[in-house]
Amino acid sequence: MRWLALALIAVLLSSGAALAASPEGPPGASSCSGCHAASQSADTAVPSLAGRPVADTVRAMHEFRAGTRPATVMGRIAKGFNDQEIDTIAVWFGAQK
Amino acid sequence: MTSRRTFLKITAAASLAPAVAWAQGAGRVVVVGGGFAGATAARTLKKLEPGLTVTLVEPNTVFTACPFSNDVIVGQRELKQQEFGYDKVVGAGVALARAQASAVDAAAKTVTLPDGTKLAYDRLILAPGVDLTWSALPGYTEEAAEKMPHAWKAGAQTTLLRRQLEAMEDGGLVVISAPANPYRCPPGPYERASLIAWYLKTKKPKSKLLLLDAKDVFSKQKLFQNAWAALYPGLLEWVSLSNGGKVTSVEPSTLTFVTDFARHKAAVANVIPPQKAGAIAVQAGVADRTGWCPVEPMSFESTLQPGIHVIGDAAIMGGMPKSAFAANAQAKVCAAAIVAKLAGRAAPEPRLINTCYSLVAPDYGISIAGVYKPDKGQLIDVPGAGGTSPLDADAAFRSLEARYAESWFKTITAETFG
Repeated sequence: MRWLALALIAVLLSSGAALAASPEGPPGASSCSGCHAASQSADTAVPSLAGRPVADTVRAMHEFRAGTRPATVMGRIAKGFNDQEIDTIAVWFGAQK
Repeated sequence: MTSRRTFLKITAAASLAPAVAWAQGAGRVVVVGGGFAGATAARTLKKLEPGLTVTLVEPNTVFTACPFSNDVIVGQRELKQQEFGYDKVVGAGVALARAQASAVDAAAKTVTLPDGTKLAYDRLILAPGVDLTWSALPGYTEEAAEKMPHAWKAGAQTTLLRRQLEAMEDGGLVVISAPANPYRCPPGPYERASLIAWYLKTKKPKSKLLLLDAKDVFSKQKLFQNAWAALYPGLLEWVSLSNGGKVTSVEPSTLTFVTDFARHKAAVANVIPPQKAGAIAVQAGVADRTGWCPVEPMSFESTLQPGIHVIGDAAIMGGMPKSAFAANAQAKVCAAAIVAKLAGRAAPEPRLINTCYSLVAPDYGISIAGVYKPDKGQLIDVPGAGGTSPLDADAAFRSLEARYAESWFKTITAETFG
Protein backbone atom coordinates (compact mmCIF):
# COMPACT_ATOMS: atom_id res chain seq x y z
CA MET A 1 0.00 0.00 0.00
CA ARG A 2 3.06 2.31 0.10
CA TRP A 3 2.67 3.25 -3.55
CA LEU A 4 -0.87 4.26 -2.82
CA ALA A 5 0.14 6.54 0.05
CA LEU A 6 2.85 8.10 -2.10
CA ALA A 7 0.45 8.61 -4.98
CA LEU A 8 -2.05 10.25 -2.67
CA ILE A 9 0.57 12.56 -1.24
CA ALA A 10 1.55 13.52 -4.77
CA VAL A 11 -2.07 14.26 -5.59
CA LEU A 12 -2.46 16.32 -2.43
CA LEU A 13 0.64 18.34 -3.16
CA SER A 14 -0.39 19.16 -6.71
CA SER A 15 -3.91 20.06 -7.76
CA GLY A 16 -5.43 17.90 -5.02
CA ALA A 17 -4.97 20.42 -2.25
CA ALA A 18 -6.78 23.12 -4.20
CA LEU A 19 -9.54 20.70 -5.16
CA ALA A 20 -9.90 19.44 -1.61
CA ALA A 21 -10.58 22.98 -0.47
CA SER A 22 -12.98 23.86 -3.31
CA PRO A 23 -16.67 23.57 -2.46
CA GLU A 24 -17.64 22.17 -5.88
CA GLY A 25 -15.18 19.27 -5.80
CA PRO A 26 -13.35 17.54 -8.66
CA PRO A 27 -15.14 16.21 -11.78
CA GLY A 28 -17.60 13.48 -10.89
CA ALA A 29 -17.70 14.16 -7.15
CA SER A 30 -20.89 16.21 -7.19
CA SER A 31 -22.85 13.28 -8.68
CA CYS A 32 -22.00 10.95 -5.78
CA SER A 33 -24.28 12.79 -3.36
CA GLY A 34 -27.28 11.67 -5.41
CA CYS A 35 -27.03 8.40 -3.44
CA HIS A 36 -24.34 9.04 -0.79
CA ALA A 37 -25.82 11.63 1.57
CA ALA A 38 -23.72 14.78 1.93
CA SER A 39 -24.41 14.68 5.67
CA GLN A 40 -22.68 12.03 7.79
CA SER A 41 -25.67 11.93 10.12
CA ALA A 42 -28.17 10.87 7.43
CA ASP A 43 -29.94 7.61 8.25
CA THR A 44 -29.80 5.79 4.90
CA ALA A 45 -28.77 2.34 3.62
CA VAL A 46 -25.98 3.89 1.50
CA PRO A 47 -23.09 5.39 3.55
CA SER A 48 -22.02 9.04 3.39
CA LEU A 49 -18.56 9.58 1.92
CA ALA A 50 -17.88 12.82 3.79
CA GLY A 51 -14.81 12.61 6.03
CA ARG A 52 -14.08 9.00 5.02
CA PRO A 53 -10.36 8.11 5.08
CA VAL A 54 -8.92 8.66 1.61
CA ALA A 55 -7.31 5.22 1.40
CA ASP A 56 -10.64 3.53 2.22
CA THR A 57 -12.46 5.28 -0.62
CA VAL A 58 -9.63 4.59 -3.07
CA ARG A 59 -9.46 0.90 -2.11
CA ALA A 60 -13.24 0.51 -2.38
CA MET A 61 -13.32 2.10 -5.84
CA HIS A 62 -10.42 -0.04 -7.11
CA GLU A 63 -12.09 -3.20 -5.81
CA PHE A 64 -15.48 -2.22 -7.23
CA ARG A 65 -13.82 -1.57 -10.59
CA ALA A 66 -11.97 -4.91 -10.51
CA GLY A 67 -15.11 -6.77 -9.43
CA THR A 68 -13.45 -8.09 -6.27
CA ARG A 69 -15.83 -6.31 -3.87
CA PRO A 70 -19.51 -7.30 -3.81
CA ALA A 71 -21.57 -4.58 -5.47
CA THR A 72 -24.95 -3.79 -6.89
CA VAL A 73 -24.46 -0.57 -8.85
CA MET A 74 -20.96 0.55 -7.79
CA GLY A 75 -19.15 -2.00 -9.97
CA ARG A 76 -20.75 -0.37 -13.01
CA ILE A 77 -20.07 3.18 -11.85
CA ALA A 78 -16.44 2.66 -10.72
CA LYS A 79 -15.51 1.53 -14.25
CA GLY A 80 -16.15 5.12 -15.41
CA PHE A 81 -13.23 6.57 -13.42
CA ASN A 82 -9.46 6.23 -13.85
CA ASP A 83 -6.93 6.06 -10.99
CA GLN A 84 -6.26 9.78 -10.92
CA GLU A 85 -9.95 10.69 -10.97
CA ILE A 86 -10.59 8.26 -8.12
CA ASP A 87 -7.70 9.74 -6.11
CA THR A 88 -8.90 13.34 -6.44
CA ILE A 89 -12.49 12.40 -5.62
CA ALA A 90 -11.35 10.40 -2.56
CA VAL A 91 -9.15 13.27 -1.34
CA TRP A 92 -11.99 15.73 -1.74
CA PHE A 93 -14.51 13.58 0.14
CA GLY A 94 -11.92 12.96 2.86
CA ALA A 95 -11.73 16.71 3.44
CA GLN A 96 -15.53 17.17 3.67
CA LYS A 97 -17.17 17.30 7.06
CA MET B 1 -49.45 33.20 -4.79
CA THR B 2 -46.82 35.81 -4.22
CA SER B 3 -47.86 39.03 -2.66
CA ARG B 4 -46.97 42.34 -4.19
CA ARG B 5 -44.62 42.95 -1.27
CA THR B 6 -42.59 39.81 -2.01
CA PHE B 7 -42.17 40.89 -5.60
CA LEU B 8 -41.12 44.35 -4.51
CA LYS B 9 -38.52 42.84 -2.22
CA ILE B 10 -37.21 40.65 -5.01
CA THR B 11 -37.12 43.49 -7.51
CA ALA B 12 -35.48 45.75 -4.94
CA ALA B 13 -32.78 43.16 -4.33
CA ALA B 14 -32.35 42.62 -8.05
CA SER B 15 -32.10 46.31 -8.93
CA LEU B 16 -29.87 47.35 -6.05
CA ALA B 17 -27.54 44.37 -6.10
CA PRO B 18 -25.84 44.59 -9.52
CA ALA B 19 -23.39 47.47 -8.95
CA VAL B 20 -22.28 46.02 -5.61
CA ALA B 21 -22.39 42.45 -6.83
CA TRP B 22 -20.28 43.12 -9.91
CA ALA B 23 -17.72 44.93 -7.81
CA GLN B 24 -17.40 41.73 -5.76
CA GLY B 25 -17.26 39.56 -8.85
CA ALA B 26 -20.65 37.99 -8.04
CA GLY B 27 -23.80 38.33 -10.14
CA ARG B 28 -27.48 37.63 -10.57
CA VAL B 29 -28.81 34.21 -11.52
CA VAL B 30 -32.49 33.48 -12.10
CA VAL B 31 -33.65 29.86 -12.02
CA VAL B 32 -37.03 28.99 -13.57
CA GLY B 33 -38.59 25.79 -12.22
CA GLY B 34 -38.26 24.31 -8.72
CA GLY B 35 -37.97 20.57 -9.38
CA PHE B 36 -34.97 18.27 -8.95
CA ALA B 37 -32.94 20.35 -11.42
CA GLY B 38 -33.99 23.90 -10.54
CA ALA B 39 -34.13 23.65 -6.74
CA THR B 40 -30.74 21.88 -6.69
CA ALA B 41 -29.21 24.53 -8.95
CA ALA B 42 -30.51 27.40 -6.82
CA ARG B 43 -29.22 25.92 -3.55
CA THR B 44 -25.88 24.88 -5.05
CA LEU B 45 -25.27 28.36 -6.48
CA LYS B 46 -25.69 29.93 -3.02
CA LYS B 47 -23.51 27.24 -1.45
CA LEU B 48 -20.69 27.74 -3.94
CA GLU B 49 -20.92 31.54 -4.10
CA PRO B 50 -22.89 33.11 -1.22
CA GLY B 51 -22.45 36.57 -2.83
CA LEU B 52 -24.66 35.65 -5.78
CA THR B 53 -28.22 36.95 -5.99
CA VAL B 54 -30.23 33.83 -6.82
CA THR B 55 -33.96 33.96 -7.54
CA LEU B 56 -36.04 30.80 -8.01
CA VAL B 57 -39.23 31.29 -10.01
CA GLU B 58 -41.75 28.57 -9.12
CA PRO B 59 -45.55 28.85 -8.81
CA ASN B 60 -46.16 25.88 -6.49
CA THR B 61 -45.66 26.06 -2.74
CA VAL B 62 -45.16 22.28 -2.63
CA PHE B 63 -43.24 20.09 -5.05
CA THR B 64 -44.68 16.62 -5.66
CA ALA B 65 -41.98 14.15 -6.68
CA CYS B 66 -42.55 11.66 -9.51
CA PRO B 67 -40.01 8.98 -8.44
CA PHE B 68 -41.84 6.45 -6.22
CA SER B 69 -45.23 7.86 -7.28
CA ASN B 70 -45.92 4.45 -8.89
CA ASP B 71 -45.80 3.13 -5.32
CA VAL B 72 -48.51 5.63 -4.41
CA ILE B 73 -50.69 4.41 -7.28
CA VAL B 74 -50.67 0.86 -5.89
CA GLY B 75 -51.20 1.92 -2.27
CA GLN B 76 -47.67 1.15 -1.04
CA ARG B 77 -47.03 4.79 -0.21
CA GLU B 78 -48.98 7.98 0.46
CA LEU B 79 -48.83 11.10 -1.72
CA LYS B 80 -47.79 13.10 1.35
CA GLN B 81 -44.43 11.25 1.27
CA GLN B 82 -43.85 12.68 -2.20
CA GLU B 83 -44.31 16.30 -1.14
CA PHE B 84 -41.48 18.73 -0.45
CA GLY B 85 -41.51 22.44 0.42
CA TYR B 86 -39.06 25.24 -0.33
CA ASP B 87 -38.28 26.41 3.22
CA LYS B 88 -34.69 25.13 3.14
CA VAL B 89 -34.17 26.55 -0.35
CA VAL B 90 -35.21 29.97 0.98
CA GLY B 91 -33.14 29.30 4.11
CA ALA B 92 -30.08 28.90 1.88
CA GLY B 93 -30.51 32.53 0.79
CA VAL B 94 -32.45 31.93 -2.42
CA ALA B 95 -35.19 34.50 -3.18
CA LEU B 96 -38.40 32.70 -4.13
CA ALA B 97 -40.74 34.28 -6.67
CA ARG B 98 -44.00 32.33 -6.38
CA ALA B 99 -45.15 32.72 -9.95
CA GLN B 100 -45.17 31.04 -13.32
CA ALA B 101 -42.56 32.82 -15.46
CA SER B 102 -44.51 34.32 -18.35
CA ALA B 103 -41.69 35.39 -20.66
CA VAL B 104 -37.92 35.41 -21.14
CA ASP B 105 -36.22 38.21 -23.08
CA ALA B 106 -32.85 36.71 -24.03
CA ALA B 107 -31.57 39.99 -25.51
CA ALA B 108 -32.55 42.18 -22.53
CA LYS B 109 -31.67 39.33 -20.11
CA THR B 110 -34.90 39.54 -18.14
CA VAL B 111 -37.59 37.13 -16.95
CA THR B 112 -41.10 38.60 -16.81
CA LEU B 113 -43.63 37.48 -14.20
CA PRO B 114 -47.43 37.63 -14.66
CA ASP B 115 -47.77 40.89 -12.71
CA GLY B 116 -45.28 42.60 -15.00
CA THR B 117 -42.28 42.36 -12.66
CA LYS B 118 -39.06 41.91 -14.59
CA LEU B 119 -36.19 39.97 -13.03
CA ALA B 120 -32.81 40.93 -14.54
CA TYR B 121 -30.15 38.23 -14.79
CA ASP B 122 -26.55 37.74 -15.77
CA ARG B 123 -27.19 34.01 -16.22
CA LEU B 124 -30.54 32.25 -16.52
CA ILE B 125 -31.18 28.59 -15.75
CA LEU B 126 -34.33 27.09 -17.26
CA ALA B 127 -35.46 23.89 -15.57
CA PRO B 128 -39.12 23.74 -16.65
CA GLY B 129 -39.42 19.96 -16.89
CA VAL B 130 -41.85 18.52 -19.39
CA ASP B 131 -45.20 19.59 -20.80
CA LEU B 132 -47.60 16.96 -22.09
CA THR B 133 -48.13 17.32 -25.85
CA TRP B 134 -51.92 17.29 -25.87
CA SER B 135 -52.15 17.64 -29.65
CA ALA B 136 -50.00 14.55 -30.31
CA LEU B 137 -52.59 11.90 -29.47
CA PRO B 138 -56.04 12.49 -31.04
CA GLY B 139 -58.78 12.39 -28.41
CA TYR B 140 -56.44 13.03 -25.49
CA THR B 141 -57.14 16.43 -23.90
CA GLU B 142 -56.86 17.90 -20.42
CA GLU B 143 -60.53 17.00 -19.97
CA ALA B 144 -59.88 13.43 -21.17
CA ALA B 145 -57.12 13.11 -18.55
CA GLU B 146 -59.81 13.30 -15.86
CA LYS B 147 -61.15 9.97 -17.20
CA MET B 148 -57.95 8.47 -18.54
CA PRO B 149 -55.29 9.84 -16.17
CA HIS B 150 -51.70 10.25 -17.31
CA ALA B 151 -50.33 10.40 -13.74
CA TRP B 152 -47.07 11.49 -15.37
CA LYS B 153 -46.94 14.63 -13.25
CA ALA B 154 -47.33 13.55 -9.65
CA GLY B 155 -50.20 14.97 -7.60
CA ALA B 156 -53.96 14.85 -8.20
CA GLN B 157 -53.44 12.65 -11.27
CA THR B 158 -51.55 10.08 -9.17
CA THR B 159 -54.41 9.93 -6.67
CA LEU B 160 -56.99 9.70 -9.46
CA LEU B 161 -55.35 6.63 -11.01
CA ARG B 162 -55.05 5.00 -7.57
CA ARG B 163 -58.75 5.59 -6.83
CA GLN B 164 -59.73 4.12 -10.20
CA LEU B 165 -57.68 0.97 -9.56
CA GLU B 166 -59.14 0.63 -6.07
CA ALA B 167 -62.68 1.02 -7.46
CA MET B 168 -62.18 -1.46 -10.31
CA GLU B 169 -63.91 -4.81 -9.97
CA ASP B 170 -61.81 -7.99 -9.96
CA GLY B 171 -61.59 -9.21 -13.55
CA GLY B 172 -61.19 -5.76 -15.10
CA LEU B 173 -58.75 -4.83 -17.86
CA VAL B 174 -56.16 -2.16 -17.09
CA VAL B 175 -54.59 -0.59 -20.18
CA ILE B 176 -51.46 1.57 -20.15
CA SER B 177 -50.10 3.30 -23.25
CA ALA B 178 -46.40 4.23 -23.42
CA PRO B 179 -45.05 6.87 -25.82
CA ALA B 180 -42.12 6.84 -28.25
CA ASN B 181 -38.78 8.28 -27.04
CA PRO B 182 -37.85 10.71 -25.64
CA TYR B 183 -39.97 11.27 -22.56
CA ARG B 184 -39.57 11.74 -18.80
CA CYS B 185 -38.31 8.64 -16.94
CA PRO B 186 -37.61 6.00 -19.66
CA PRO B 187 -38.23 2.95 -17.40
CA GLY B 188 -41.25 4.60 -15.71
CA PRO B 189 -44.05 3.02 -17.78
CA TYR B 190 -42.56 -0.46 -17.21
CA GLU B 191 -42.16 0.04 -13.47
CA ARG B 192 -45.76 1.24 -13.37
CA ALA B 193 -46.99 -1.77 -15.33
CA SER B 194 -45.01 -4.05 -12.99
CA LEU B 195 -46.37 -2.55 -9.80
CA ILE B 196 -49.95 -2.43 -11.07
CA ALA B 197 -49.56 -6.09 -12.07
CA TRP B 198 -48.34 -6.80 -8.52
CA TYR B 199 -51.40 -4.97 -7.14
CA LEU B 200 -53.77 -6.92 -9.38
CA LYS B 201 -52.11 -10.25 -8.56
CA THR B 202 -52.39 -9.46 -4.84
CA LYS B 203 -55.83 -7.82 -4.70
CA LYS B 204 -57.73 -8.55 -7.93
CA PRO B 205 -56.22 -11.72 -9.42
CA LYS B 206 -58.79 -12.25 -12.17
CA SER B 207 -57.78 -8.92 -13.76
CA LYS B 208 -55.41 -8.33 -16.68
CA LEU B 209 -52.99 -5.59 -17.69
CA LEU B 210 -52.21 -4.60 -21.27
CA LEU B 211 -49.22 -2.36 -21.96
CA LEU B 212 -49.51 -0.81 -25.43
CA ASP B 213 -46.14 0.55 -26.54
CA ALA B 214 -45.01 2.87 -29.33
CA LYS B 215 -41.54 1.26 -29.07
CA ASP B 216 -39.88 -2.10 -29.72
CA VAL B 217 -37.09 -1.60 -27.19
CA PHE B 218 -37.06 0.05 -23.78
CA SER B 219 -34.89 0.66 -20.72
CA LYS B 220 -33.91 -2.43 -18.65
CA GLN B 221 -36.04 -4.46 -21.07
CA LYS B 222 -34.60 -7.94 -20.39
CA LEU B 223 -34.76 -7.41 -16.62
CA PHE B 224 -38.39 -6.30 -16.80
CA GLN B 225 -39.42 -9.07 -19.18
CA ASN B 226 -37.70 -11.77 -17.10
CA ALA B 227 -39.44 -10.48 -13.99
CA TRP B 228 -42.81 -10.33 -15.74
CA ALA B 229 -42.44 -13.93 -16.94
CA ALA B 230 -41.56 -15.04 -13.42
CA LEU B 231 -44.01 -12.93 -11.40
CA TYR B 232 -46.95 -12.03 -13.63
CA PRO B 233 -47.39 -14.71 -16.32
CA GLY B 234 -50.74 -14.41 -18.10
CA LEU B 235 -51.51 -11.22 -16.20
CA LEU B 236 -49.27 -8.62 -17.84
CA GLU B 237 -49.08 -8.46 -21.63
CA TRP B 238 -46.68 -6.07 -23.40
CA VAL B 239 -47.60 -5.19 -27.00
CA SER B 240 -44.61 -3.76 -28.89
CA LEU B 241 -44.71 -1.30 -31.78
CA SER B 242 -44.06 -4.14 -34.26
CA ASN B 243 -46.98 -6.08 -32.81
CA GLY B 244 -49.38 -3.15 -33.21
CA GLY B 245 -48.82 -1.50 -29.82
CA LYS B 246 -48.78 2.10 -31.02
CA VAL B 247 -51.93 3.93 -29.90
CA THR B 248 -53.20 6.25 -32.65
CA SER B 249 -56.15 7.76 -30.78
CA VAL B 250 -58.16 7.42 -27.58
CA GLU B 251 -61.90 7.67 -26.90
CA PRO B 252 -62.36 8.94 -23.34
CA SER B 253 -66.14 8.42 -23.21
CA THR B 254 -65.65 4.62 -23.45
CA LEU B 255 -62.03 4.40 -22.12
CA THR B 256 -60.98 2.97 -25.49
CA PHE B 257 -57.45 2.84 -26.96
CA VAL B 258 -57.33 2.64 -30.75
CA THR B 259 -54.37 1.14 -32.64
CA ASP B 260 -53.98 0.37 -36.35
CA PHE B 261 -55.08 -3.19 -35.64
CA ALA B 262 -57.46 -3.21 -32.69
CA ARG B 263 -59.65 -1.35 -30.22
CA HIS B 264 -59.01 -1.99 -26.51
CA LYS B 265 -61.76 -1.01 -24.08
CA ALA B 266 -60.35 -0.60 -20.58
CA ALA B 267 -61.84 -0.66 -17.10
CA VAL B 268 -58.96 1.57 -16.00
CA ALA B 269 -57.06 3.55 -18.64
CA ASN B 270 -53.66 5.17 -18.11
CA VAL B 271 -52.39 7.25 -21.02
CA ILE B 272 -48.72 8.25 -20.86
CA PRO B 273 -48.73 10.81 -23.66
CA PRO B 274 -45.88 12.22 -25.78
CA GLN B 275 -44.01 15.08 -24.11
CA LYS B 276 -41.88 18.13 -24.85
CA ALA B 277 -39.85 20.75 -22.97
CA GLY B 278 -41.90 23.08 -20.73
CA ALA B 279 -43.53 26.01 -22.58
CA ILE B 280 -41.17 28.68 -21.23
CA ALA B 281 -38.28 26.96 -23.06
CA VAL B 282 -40.08 27.39 -26.37
CA GLN B 283 -40.94 31.02 -25.57
CA ALA B 284 -37.31 31.72 -24.62
CA GLY B 285 -36.11 30.32 -27.94
CA VAL B 286 -34.02 27.49 -26.45
CA ALA B 287 -36.12 24.58 -27.79
CA ASP B 288 -35.42 23.26 -31.29
CA ARG B 289 -37.81 21.63 -33.77
CA THR B 290 -37.81 18.40 -31.74
CA GLY B 291 -39.46 20.29 -28.86
CA TRP B 292 -36.41 19.77 -26.63
CA CYS B 293 -33.43 21.99 -25.78
CA PRO B 294 -29.94 21.45 -27.23
CA VAL B 295 -27.12 22.44 -24.83
CA GLU B 296 -23.34 22.28 -24.80
CA PRO B 297 -22.03 19.61 -22.43
CA MET B 298 -19.66 21.65 -20.25
CA SER B 299 -22.11 24.04 -18.57
CA PHE B 300 -25.42 23.11 -20.27
CA GLU B 301 -25.62 26.56 -21.87
CA SER B 302 -28.13 26.61 -24.70
CA THR B 303 -26.61 26.30 -28.18
CA LEU B 304 -29.44 28.56 -29.40
CA GLN B 305 -29.41 31.40 -26.82
CA PRO B 306 -26.19 32.44 -25.05
CA GLY B 307 -26.57 33.22 -21.34
CA ILE B 308 -29.40 30.70 -20.87
CA HIS B 309 -28.64 27.26 -19.41
CA VAL B 310 -31.15 24.39 -19.64
CA ILE B 311 -31.02 21.42 -17.26
CA GLY B 312 -33.20 18.46 -16.34
CA ASP B 313 -35.90 16.80 -18.42
CA ALA B 314 -36.28 19.73 -20.86
CA ALA B 315 -32.68 19.45 -22.14
CA ILE B 316 -31.15 17.15 -24.74
CA MET B 317 -28.37 15.51 -22.73
CA GLY B 318 -26.96 13.01 -25.21
CA GLY B 319 -26.72 9.62 -23.52
CA MET B 320 -28.08 10.84 -20.18
CA PRO B 321 -31.73 9.92 -19.54
CA LYS B 322 -34.48 12.23 -18.29
CA SER B 323 -34.34 11.22 -14.62
CA ALA B 324 -34.39 12.96 -11.25
CA PHE B 325 -30.87 11.68 -10.54
CA ALA B 326 -29.62 13.14 -13.83
CA ALA B 327 -31.42 16.46 -13.21
CA ASN B 328 -29.83 16.79 -9.77
CA ALA B 329 -26.36 15.89 -11.11
CA GLN B 330 -26.66 18.29 -14.05
CA ALA B 331 -27.80 21.09 -11.72
CA LYS B 332 -24.66 20.77 -9.58
CA VAL B 333 -22.36 20.81 -12.62
CA CYS B 334 -24.28 23.73 -14.13
CA ALA B 335 -24.10 25.75 -10.89
CA ALA B 336 -20.33 25.21 -10.61
CA ALA B 337 -19.84 26.18 -14.27
CA ILE B 338 -21.89 29.37 -13.84
CA VAL B 339 -19.96 30.37 -10.72
CA ALA B 340 -16.72 29.83 -12.67
CA LYS B 341 -17.98 31.81 -15.67
CA LEU B 342 -19.13 34.75 -13.53
CA ALA B 343 -15.73 34.80 -11.80
CA GLY B 344 -13.91 34.62 -15.14
CA ARG B 345 -12.48 31.17 -14.39
CA ALA B 346 -12.54 28.07 -16.57
CA ALA B 347 -14.45 25.14 -15.09
CA PRO B 348 -12.87 21.65 -15.39
CA GLU B 349 -14.40 19.16 -17.82
CA PRO B 350 -17.26 17.54 -15.90
CA ARG B 351 -18.09 13.91 -15.23
CA LEU B 352 -21.67 13.00 -14.43
CA ILE B 353 -23.31 9.88 -13.08
CA ASN B 354 -26.85 8.62 -13.41
CA THR B 355 -28.49 5.79 -11.49
CA CYS B 356 -32.13 4.83 -12.01
CA TYR B 357 -33.85 2.24 -9.88
CA SER B 358 -37.15 0.58 -10.79
CA LEU B 359 -39.31 -1.71 -8.71
CA VAL B 360 -40.93 -4.69 -10.40
CA ALA B 361 -42.46 -5.71 -7.06
CA PRO B 362 -42.16 -4.07 -3.63
CA ASP B 363 -39.10 -6.15 -2.66
CA TYR B 364 -37.64 -6.56 -6.17
CA GLY B 365 -35.48 -3.70 -7.45
CA ILE B 366 -33.47 -3.35 -10.67
CA SER B 367 -31.17 -0.56 -11.78
CA ILE B 368 -29.41 1.07 -14.68
CA ALA B 369 -26.37 3.31 -14.26
CA GLY B 370 -24.09 5.35 -16.49
CA VAL B 371 -21.08 7.67 -16.28
CA TYR B 372 -20.98 10.56 -18.76
CA LYS B 373 -18.42 12.98 -20.16
CA PRO B 374 -18.41 15.67 -22.85
CA ASP B 375 -17.27 14.56 -26.30
CA LYS B 376 -17.69 16.48 -29.56
CA GLY B 377 -20.40 18.73 -28.17
CA GLN B 378 -22.41 15.90 -26.57
CA LEU B 379 -22.56 14.07 -23.27
CA ILE B 380 -21.55 10.51 -24.05
CA ASP B 381 -21.35 7.32 -21.98
CA VAL B 382 -17.83 6.71 -20.67
CA PRO B 383 -16.96 3.48 -22.52
CA GLY B 384 -16.85 0.35 -20.39
CA ALA B 385 -18.86 1.87 -17.54
CA GLY B 386 -22.52 1.66 -16.65
CA GLY B 387 -25.17 -0.88 -17.53
CA THR B 388 -28.01 -2.72 -15.87
CA SER B 389 -28.32 -5.10 -12.92
CA PRO B 390 -27.23 -8.65 -13.76
CA LEU B 391 -29.92 -10.86 -15.33
CA ASP B 392 -29.04 -13.81 -13.11
CA ALA B 393 -29.01 -12.05 -9.72
CA ASP B 394 -30.63 -13.80 -6.75
CA ALA B 395 -33.53 -12.62 -4.59
CA ALA B 396 -31.19 -11.08 -2.01
CA PHE B 397 -29.62 -8.88 -4.70
CA ARG B 398 -33.05 -7.73 -5.97
CA SER B 399 -34.14 -7.03 -2.41
CA LEU B 400 -30.99 -5.01 -1.75
CA GLU B 401 -31.58 -2.89 -4.86
CA ALA B 402 -35.16 -2.24 -3.70
CA ARG B 403 -33.70 -1.05 -0.39
CA TYR B 404 -31.12 1.12 -2.16
CA ALA B 405 -33.89 2.61 -4.30
CA GLU B 406 -35.68 3.79 -1.19
CA SER B 407 -32.43 5.09 0.28
CA TRP B 408 -31.77 6.97 -2.97
CA PHE B 409 -35.16 8.71 -2.80
CA LYS B 410 -34.51 9.84 0.74
CA THR B 411 -31.05 11.16 -0.17
CA ILE B 412 -31.93 12.84 -3.47
CA THR B 413 -34.90 14.71 -2.00
CA ALA B 414 -32.77 15.88 0.94
CA GLU B 415 -30.01 16.85 -1.49
CA THR B 416 -32.52 18.86 -3.55
CA PHE B 417 -34.88 20.42 -1.01
CA GLY B 418 -32.80 20.26 2.20
